[in-house]
Amino acid sequence: MTVLLEPLRRAWRTPRGRAGVLVLLAIAVVVIFSPPLLPDPLAQPDPIGGASLAPSIAHPFGTDQLSRDVLSRVAVGGRVSLAVAIIAVGLSITLGALVGLVAGYWGGLVDAALMRLVDAALAVPRLFLLLLVLAMSERVPVWALVLLIGATGWFGTSRIVRAEVLRLREESYVRASEALGASRRRVIFRHLLPNTLGPLLVAATLGVGDVILLEAGLSFLGLGIQPPAPSWGGMILDAREVLVTAPWAGLFPGAAIVLTVLSANLVGDAVRDAVDPRAA
Amino acid sequence: MGRWLLQRTAQALVTLAIACVLMFFLMRLAPGDPLARLSEDRPLTPAQVEALRARFGLDRPIGAQFTSFVGALAQGDLGTSIQYGRPVTALLAERIPATLLLGGAVLLLNFTVGVWLGVRQAVRRGGAADTTLTLFSLAGYATPSFWLALVLAWLVGVKWHLLPAAGMEDPLLDPGAGWVTHAVDVGRHLVLPALTLSIVSIAGTMRYQRSAMLEVLRLPYIVTAEAKGLPERAVIWRHAWRNAFFPVLTIFGLWLPLLVTGSVFVESVFAWPGLGSLAVGAVGYRDYPLLMGTSLLVAVVVVTGSLVTDLAYGFLDPRVRLS
Amino acid sequence: MTRVLEVENLRVSFPDGSGRRFRPVDGVTFTLDRGETMALVGESGCGKSLTSLALLRLIPPPGRIEPDSSIRLGGTDVLGLEGNALRQIRGRRIGMIFQDPMTSLNPVLRVGDQIGEGIRAHFPVSKAEARERSLRLLQEVGIPDPGSRLDAYPHELSGGMRQRVMIAIALAAEPEILVADEPTTALDVTVQAQILEVLDRLRSSRGMAVLLITHDLGIVAGRADRVAVMYAGQIVEEAPTARLFANPSHPYTQGLFASVPRIRGPARRLTPIPGSVPPATAWPSGCRFRPRCLKAFDKCVMEPPLLPIEPGHRARCWLAETPR
Repeated sequence: MTVLLEPLRRAWRTPRGRAGVLVLLAIAVVVIFSPPLLPDPLAQPDPIGGASLAPSIAHPFGTDQLSRDVLSRVAVGGRVSLAVAIIAVGLSITLGALVGLVAGYWGGLVDAALMRLVDAALAVPRLFLLLLVLAMSERVPVWALVLLIGATGWFGTSRIVRAEVLRLREESYVRASEALGASRRRVIFRHLLPNTLGPLLVAATLGVGDVILLEAGLSFLGLGIQPPAPSWGGMILDAREVLVTAPWAGLFPGAAIVLTVLSANLVGDAVRDAVDPRAA
Repeated sequence: MGRWLLQRTAQALVTLAIACVLMFFLMRLAPGDPLARLSEDRPLTPAQVEALRARFGLDRPIGAQFTSFVGALAQGDLGTSIQYGRPVTALLAERIPATLLLGGAVLLLNFTVGVWLGVRQAVRRGGAADTTLTLFSLAGYATPSFWLALVLAWLVGVKWHLLPAAGMEDPLLDPGAGWVTHAVDVGRHLVLPALTLSIVSIAGTMRYQRSAMLEVLRLPYIVTAEAKGLPERAVIWRHAWRNAFFPVLTIFGLWLPLLVTGSVFVESVFAWPGLGSLAVGAVGYRDYPLLMGTSLLVAVVVVTGSLVTDLAYGFLDPRVRLS
Repeated sequence: MTRVLEVENLRVSFPDGSGRRFRPVDGVTFTLDRGETMALVGESGCGKSLTSLALLRLIPPPGRIEPDSSIRLGGTDVLGLEGNALRQIRGRRIGMIFQDPMTSLNPVLRVGDQIGEGIRAHFPVSKAEARERSLRLLQEVGIPDPGSRLDAYPHELSGGMRQRVMIAIALAAEPEILVADEPTTALDVTVQAQILEVLDRLRSSRGMAVLLITHDLGIVAGRADRVAVMYAGQIVEEAPTARLFANPSHPYTQGLFASVPRIRGPARRLTPIPGSVPPATAWPSGCRFRPRCLKAFDKCVMEPPLLPIEPGHRARCWLAETPR
């Protein structure tokens, strides 16, 4: 576990890493704890008189064209976006690690077949892969969405893990362990896996930002989180109609995305610098 | 070199083939009836629905569907669009130029402005410009392209009414007006979508170029160049950048999928008549032949881009070329 | 003898991360006359490479040359130059050869172009003329079949040839002074002698002054007219070569000679200098060699200046005060 904690600790020490972590924590706190204090995000209390109101004390982020409170929708939407991102990334990392370990360690036909598959999957932009599946389906429940996003995000990670495994396989301590008769499973879990945790951590932290953008994009196209559940991308889609009359309806969810992805990337960069052996 | 080229091309073709199979089965295995959407818009009798189903081959088992798809593909036939009722290949051909124009403009901006800014940052590292630009690139990287598109469309297009925010051409423009007028018109429409996509992509290009430059500037042969008394410009561009450009070139292969993805959103928001908006429309209509055709084309572009990048690298780096 | 270079009290400092600065080069003074070869000898970490970089104002930031230093080239104050005037010094008045020719040559430019640009930076000649001159330079440094080598890339040449190319580059703008920083360290032993031969020949044919920087005393004998030994950022002994070899006076120099294994004579134990080179961030107080010196005594807590031993021979050691 120190393999994981050490890069995080070093990331914390850099000003950017610290800023990223703090902002992410702040966002998490707001998103988890504020909704009970805010108006119901689905409620349309006054569709005629209360629609498209500019930001005020009553509605710090204003209201959208259906008189829903934008701030509470941003907060609740954030819950979903962050949850989706974290779970999907977790899935991607696990799949990528598994495939990378198997391919790197077993080699031969298994490796060749898996890598050919990875190459082919990487040839199609992730968005398109998701479009192909989601466009053809009826309304997709959130859990399925998370699974799909996770299932399309492991290709690059598997390559990285495989490269690490190939490198580590030649290390003397691995060879010694094999010579002593250690089982394959032991070698993988005791020696190979811990050393790949660094790159995996980097992929995870950087992947969170990617997934948030991806999920927002899908919601913007009507394929992600389905209305009336609020989502940042979906809010921007709705805001298209009132771009001129109520720009805040789209501005705030977008700013939320930028802020979250930015901090996730800052943390990811700091972790990557901490894990990279070349960084002095 | 020729042999390596052949190998590489064969590899690319295999990758494409597998990708094609992957995409086909992904689509077909998704739950849902592609024709359900069609009958939402206009009332169809069950008989009409069945006829349509037979026409698009949706009533046959999936294996048979795949073989006929491959057969048709070999003849250059990508099927018929459910939405438009026209051959997919014709639709793709119609929309390619607009996407090429947009993509070309963005690529050009990336490799000129993006590269130049990255180099500037590295040379004056830690300066005010470097810090500001780093902030900008971090923010740009985190910005959803569709949101930026809307913001720019609203600000520049609507509020300030400076540039058009929809379409590629002014429908009211006199068709008899000279080609210069038309070119200017298209150009004006190109600005916002190209700007949006460029902002988001340059953010990354700048970063890569900056870090590649910083690595090279530390190397001993840069000191040699300075010790010769060469002007600073020569040291930066002729010596450092010529080496620092390679990492940027290699990510071009990675950049292409990102650009394609971004163009889907940007074309959609600005109603730019390219492949991206075509794909979005196909998604809305559950027009799977069109969506499949577009995705296939995109995969071809990405794989070709990566192949070209490898070629260019091998051509430009004398260490690789001569080995 | 015309004096071509005067270096006085050269100090180079770097920040140490906690707000203060340390000085890897701390008060170096020497001169160079036309036609002579001076060797600057010392182990790694003594500051000799930085000294050579300082001559061309190539100290990498955040390092800097301290204001009370002085570097005079002929009559020109090098430290006062900026921009174009500084460019004029580099390559044209001082040429530099770097240690590892593999990393010191640009891998994506042809060798001929790398020489040619050095010429064109200082002389208004055409590309064709520059190419001609580059060809002649390659001949001069002893590269066989120079015509075909002009268009070669660095990685296509052997180590020895690359170093000859580096010499050609250093000579391209016809400088008065040649600074050779460890020119043979990265090369095979057999090639080393050849390279030194080339340097000698060029020095006499062009009447240049040569500053030879090395850690290898063996190279110095027979090649250098004078030697300065550096330790911990300072010159601790300087003398004409023959005198240094005959009468090494500073305990560090003596230690260097004693630690060289000898082929002839009876086999004996190697006698290394005890301890290790202090880091530049923490020079010892007083005489910097004191912690490792077997002859240290109570006066050594005070930093000694360079004291005369014999004409032209000085050592930074209090023992010099005691008549031998």
